Amino acid sequence: MEHLDHLAKQQWLIPLLPLVAAGIQSLLPRGKRKLSAGICLLAMGGACALALRAFFATLGHHGDEPVRAVWNFTWFAFGNTSLDMGFILDPLTAGMAAMVSFVGFWIFVNATGYMHDDENFTRFFCFLSLFAAAMLGMVISNNLLLMFMCWELVGLCSYLLIGFWYFKPSAAAAMKKAFITTRVGDVGFFIGILLLYWKTGTLNLYTPDGTGALQQEAIAKLITEPYFWGLTVAGFIALMLFIGAMGKSAQFPLHVWLPDAMEGPTPVSALIHAATMVAAGVFMVGRMFPVFTASSADWVMDFVMWVGCITAVFSATIAVAQFDIKRVLAYSTCSQLGFMVMALGAGGLSAGQFHLLTHAFFKALLFLGSGCVIIGTHHEQDMRKMGGLKKYMPITFWCYFIGYLALSGFPLTAGFFSKDEVLLQTFYKNKLVWGLATFAAFLTAFYMTRQMYMVFAGMWRGGDHGRGHGHDDHGHGHHGGHEPHEVPWNMWLPIAVLSVFALLMGWLGTPWLKGNLFHHYVAPHEEAPHHSNLVLWLSIGVGLIGIFLGWLIYGRNTMVRATDADPLQAKLGGLFTALNRKWYVDEIYEATIIRLTMACGTLFRVFDKLVIDGVLHAIAGLTKALSQVCRWIGDELLINGGFDASCEGVRGSGSLLSKLQSGKVQNYFAFLSVGTIILVVVYFFKQ
Amino acid sequence: MTIPLGHYLILAGIIFAIGLAGALTRKNAIIVLIAIELMFNAAILNLIAFWHYKQFAALTGQMFAIFAISIAAAESAIGLALVIAIYRHYKSVDVDDIKSLKG
Repeated sequence: MEHLDHLAKQQWLIPLLPLVAAGIQSLLPRGKRKLSAGICLLAMGGACALALRAFFATLGHHGDEPVRAVWNFTWFAFGNTSLDMGFILDPLTAGMAAMVSFVGFWIFVNATGYMHDDENFTRFFCFLSLFAAAMLGMVISNNLLLMFMCWELVGLCSYLLIGFWYFKPSAAAAMKKAFITTRVGDVGFFIGILLLYWKTGTLNLYTPDGTGALQQEAIAKLITEPYFWGLTVAGFIALMLFIGAMGKSAQFPLHVWLPDAMEGPTPVSALIHAATMVAAGVFMVGRMFPVFTASSADWVMDFVMWVGCITAVFSATIAVAQFDIKRVLAYSTCSQLGFMVMALGAGGLSAGQFHLLTHAFFKALLFLGSGCVIIGTHHEQDMRKMGGLKKYMPITFWCYFIGYLALSGFPLTAGFFSKDEVLLQTFYKNKLVWGLATFAAFLTAFYMTRQMYMVFAGMWRGGDHGRGHGHDDHGHGHHGGHEPHEVPWNMWLPIAVLSVFALLMGWLGTPWLKGNLFHHYVAPHEEAPHHSNLVLWLSIGVGLIGIFLGWLIYGRNTMVRATDADPLQAKLGGLFTALNRKWYVDEIYEATIIRLTMACGTLFRVFDKLVIDGVLHAIAGLTKALSQVCRWIGDELLINGGFDASCEGVRGSGSLLSKLQSGKVQNYFAFLSVGTIILVVVYFFKQ
Repeated sequence: MTIPLGHYLILAGIIFAIGLAGALTRKNAIIVLIAIELMFNAAILNLIAFWHYKQFAALTGQMFAIFAISIAAAESAIGLALVIAIYRHYKSVDVDDIKSLKG
């Protein structure tokens, strides 16, 4: 354990490297592309090495003691209380940090290709590094305050990166939407933090002497005290924390920002909106899991499970009817996050975190793959205008295909094992949730098959008409309707590496090899759900049916022209439109919350105009009338006459002095400064 | 390990001097505002340094600093609002263009 303590003390080095890289980026001139990319990759590689070292150190402890090392220090003190900061090293952190830095590194590599022609290359890598630093900082923090700071930093970076092409109105709107929507959740998170501090007096999660907020003493105190809504304090805190996670992890009804966030460059979508940032909410729930499990008597856990379940199904249905390649993946991300949250709500920490890790790999793979497709087709995002890319982009196709299998839960891939864990977890908790989740898994296989056929099969549909450069248009060198091409090595290498993990990583969590390795690693004390053949075969079954249906509808007759209607449209009719319009959630928000806010604004303006201005005008009018009377009697007669004479004298001297009044505020300020300095000097000499 | 008071004061002095130089020489109103903010913070740093050096049990110094910080925030918001108003009127944020008070 001493070795672990030593490593925990060095955890801060992991986020420091990308942070320093971000700092250097902000000072680099625009032209230094190679240097900029080199520094970032070096920093990310270093962070990855450190994270992996910490990760391997946490392996191989099999005692009863949980593998955990923390290092706390006082940040600042006021009066008798002090605010602490601290870092932690435990399986949850080690696995997540290794994943974030590893996936992040390969996304950085891909981004050097994707952003190759962007003139703000260094700015992009500055934000990207800052994001990686914030995310890693959040993962290693042993303190809610530090976690919240990094949490907000992550949000800021997401805002900056979504709006990286801020000159596009849609990107500017999307960045604002993401920031404001997640802020709604953050308020809940903050309330949770404050309440926890109030009730336990500490924000440290774990301390060596057992006084941390997640340790027995504090938890025991939290669950005994009742609060309102029939919850204990622990339950209420858990609820508030979960609301924060809902915003960050795009859970229904705060999911609306995630699909719009696809306005950002594609590596950003991969890093932030698939692999890491949206996982922050899930990770936070996992980190605070003792509070959640302590409140299991309350309805909070069920609430968590149901929110996850609704999100999983809801987003999966929307993904069926999208045409933008990235939007399909965005809604699929929402849906998979729903799976993770659902697993957590069902009490399965290891299932949720396992799905988080495998999903990060294959979803980053899919997003980077879609980035390759977008570059390869010269900035086309509409799947209807793609097709036949298998012939033109073989490497991208095979990597994407592996990602597709993993996401669809094809047997023996990573997604299969982790999704199965989630389903198993819910199966023993609530059969209805399990059924809905299985349905969502079916939809996942279906819409991914649809995407595969639309993008890679059939004929190239992009060349036969004028291409709209509406999306991702940032001056990529090639234009015109010529054929798609394979991407350079720095773009396909990352997806090739990630596809290896997407294929094989599931074996870490398979129940077939000496029990579930990942489960023993992350949550050794959690009771693993029994293996169930029904769940297993049903999950395989719905996956295959989804793929088969996808082939039936999209595979047998591929689209010929980009203007063809979606075959599903004819079958579903109005429902398809509703799905394509995302169940009108944005419209509902527009009609209710936004309109309400606007109405309040108008109301206050009318009040201002009528009442406040009215009173003001009345007073002003009265004063004016009074002064008019004064003017006639006193002013014009008596004073003016005498005054005019003396004024002539004053004017003479005044015109002299007015030379000083240059009107420039800095001159005045200079006089002031010099005068002050003179006064100070005089004061010292008199002493 | 304690940092002697002088170091704090020298740092504050340097920050103040940078701020003063910026406020006197830069022409962009926003930069001037930032420079003034720097001077503000130098003063706050002094407050905290003296408080820390004396080790008063009372929180006066710290509280004063926190108040000063929050008021500085409000002040900079007003300052920015003024800059925007000035920009709307003069179509410029160059402080040299704004001289309608010239005698």
